[in-house]
Amino acid sequence: MPDFGYKISKDRQINFDENSKNLFAEVAMREPSVYRCISCGTCAATCSAAQFTSYSLRKMILLLKRGEDKEVITSVSRCMLCGKCQLACPMGVNTRNLILSIQNAIKKLSHV
Amino acid sequence: MSKKVLIIGAGVAGLEASGVLSKLGYNVTIVEESDRIGGKLNRWSHLFPSRRPASEVLEHLQLNLDPNTVIITNSKITDIAVKDTSIEASLNTGKHIDADAVLISTGFELFDAKKKEEYGYQIYENVITSADLEKIFKEGKELTTSKGKAPKRIGIIHCVGSRDEKVGNTYCSKVCCVTGVKQAIEIKEHLSSCEVFNFYMDLRMYDRHFEDLYQEAQVKHHVQFIRGRLSEAFENPDGTVMVKVEDTLLGKPMKMNLDLVVLLVGMTAGNNSLFKKQLRLETGTDKFLVPADEHFKSVSSKQKGVFFAGACTGPKTIENTITEARAAALEIAGYLKN
Amino acid sequence: MLQEGKKALWKEYQKEIADDRYFYVRSCVRQNFFPASETTFLRILTEELGKSVYEHPHHTSCSGVGYHSDVIPFETTMTMVARQFALMTESGFMNFVPSCITSFGLYTEVLETWHHFPEVEARIRETLRKATGREFEKPANLAHASDIIYKLRNEIADRAKYKLVNHNTGQPLRGVEHIGCHYAKMFPHKGVGGAEYPYVLVGMIESWGGEVVDYPERRHCCGFGFRQYLVKANRGYSVASSKKKFESMAPYKPDFILTNCPGCPYFLDRWQYAIAEMEGTTYGEDGMGIPVLTYEELAGLVLGYDPWDLGLQVHQVSVEPLLDKMGIPYNSSKKYLGKNGKFLGVPFKPAAIKVC
Repeated sequence: MPDFGYKISKDRQINFDENSKNLFAEVAMREPSVYRCISCGTCAATCSAAQFTSYSLRKMILLLKRGEDKEVITSVSRCMLCGKCQLACPMGVNTRNLILSIQNAIKKLSHV
Repeated sequence: MSKKVLIIGAGVAGLEASGVLSKLGYNVTIVEESDRIGGKLNRWSHLFPSRRPASEVLEHLQLNLDPNTVIITNSKITDIAVKDTSIEASLNTGKHIDADAVLISTGFELFDAKKKEEYGYQIYENVITSADLEKIFKEGKELTTSKGKAPKRIGIIHCVGSRDEKVGNTYCSKVCCVTGVKQAIEIKEHLSSCEVFNFYMDLRMYDRHFEDLYQEAQVKHHVQFIRGRLSEAFENPDGTVMVKVEDTLLGKPMKMNLDLVVLLVGMTAGNNSLFKKQLRLETGTDKFLVPADEHFKSVSSKQKGVFFAGACTGPKTIENTITEARAAALEIAGYLKN
Repeated sequence: MLQEGKKALWKEYQKEIADDRYFYVRSCVRQNFFPASETTFLRILTEELGKSVYEHPHHTSCSGVGYHSDVIPFETTMTMVARQFALMTESGFMNFVPSCITSFGLYTEVLETWHHFPEVEARIRETLRKATGREFEKPANLAHASDIIYKLRNEIADRAKYKLVNHNTGQPLRGVEHIGCHYAKMFPHKGVGGAEYPYVLVGMIESWGGEVVDYPERRHCCGFGFRQYLVKANRGYSVASSKKKFESMAPYKPDFILTNCPGCPYFLDRWQYAIAEMEGTTYGEDGMGIPVLTYEELAGLVLGYDPWDLGLQVHQVSVEPLLDKMGIPYNSSKKYLGKNGKFLGVPFKPAAIKVC
């Protein structure tokens, strides 16, 4: 192949139809309070990890719903499970169990 | 002899005001452009947030009408003038009406979704409006795609013709957000396996029970709310519609194919040119009529003997319209007593 | 697709297009990219349809290429445009016809600017007078060259030797159309059919017997966009834009892509080779590409002009499959002969994409 000096840019558009939503389904089954989330960001504002990394539980829930699993998988390990988000959440989302559910669901689905 | 009130428009505002004015002892004449009373209420199936049948509200309004009320349908006001203490109006049928006061309750028009060319209404087969969806529900028809199949994925688009300077409407139509949530739930109740997505800029769940409806949609029906305004829609050769939005909470563009798209059309002002020209009434930049004072004379015009009720002065819920119609009736009674 | 709805919308976007006496201004780049397109336009208008077209030897770049690349300020550009109008006025013409879409967009932008800010027009007139001594009238009619072919599409159809029909099956050929961004996206009412559902190329394909395929990424930019391409580091973005379009149109197996801009056909044609080299993907039949044509080239084919006189041999993607479908005879041995009959040499044959 000739050296063009550039590569075809990667498409960053979410292709909703091609993304699998299995991980979200598995997580929602384990922790149905995820449906209560209104994307307010209270969790991320108080989160220790979010102060120093790009981690955001609010974003992670949306990424799950859109099937952007790769980003969820790289992101979820940043949580230190302190539980501050659960105190802050105005909607009663069981955030600690949500994060554990995401981790367990990832393990389960990666074995399949 | 009791005094006479002319009501223009036999929708929710006109009917409710008429009932109250009759009870207060006035002679009421209602002029209605269409062939029947009830206005747009005739077109809705169930009302937010309680999901009460629209027909029930209409029946209630009709029951409150005095049997002596004169209702002239299929007629348009062609001329209207305030003469000293009386109002004189002529109809396109040649009829003349005089009254001591007039209530303008001409309501609103639905935004013409064709103006959002990029959404493809009446070009793409599977793009309908919220009003079309109400019609389907009201007639008890099955919700299908243009090919008669059960849709597997439906998108509901908020703010069509609202908050949109490009189409000349910069305001919020107030009722579409909650209508969209109500319709999302109704779709899920009809087709439980159908995925429903609401594309919104802000969810304006301002009134009592609205937020409950939103939570019900998410928690019970798993309706997905995606924050991002529809940018463009394309029809795929199989008739499905590809939509492009930004998921603004993720900061990423997104595309998705939908079997059916529902456009939540907003409210636009009716044609007020006659009132502007002959009664010298003002309209705002939003083209709705402007009351004499936003707080204390919200149902009065600056013109003596001319009053307002309902969505002719801006987008309103049916509840607010009924409250306003009653206020207008009392305001008219006060004016006619003095 | 509900055709009545589309037709109702098209009615709102009709523009006036002059029917004769055109002052034609060429593009900076088209003679390099698609060398016979502009001469074919002149041949069709003057030889076939007996129209009067004038070209001025002193016409220069409109400077749009510099303007859109952020290297020429608008003031300078407006004065350049004023000079082109002066050439038209001096030649006794009123109907201005640019060959380039960006020029068309720019002339429209300048006229709109002057319409809304007459003091700017007065200043530019003064600048031009001081610099060159020239004065000008604004065009009575401004139309892109594709508008002219659109207007004359049925007269071309009347003289057609070949149709956009598969001569073996009798089925209409399937074309996808791509409109240059500067044609109607800036001023939708200046484009035939508007910006969302442009009709200018659709009308040609329909009149000449073909069928238009509306593919989901029809409105997406071809990837040229000046700044996206001129800086080498941005070219990955340019090729990705073209790729987005190919992936969207390929499932519908179009027989050709029709364009009306200098950049679009160039990039849609050449990037098919680059993508094949970089990713091994081709979008046409049997490892070939999808032929890309300018509207003049397509009109020329319909009128029976020799494909090699239309310059189709300089395309990256081979056009022979389209010629075969239309039943157009061609002599492969004459493909690489110059106008004087001299052999020009055969271009490099890539392995990644099949060429004839």
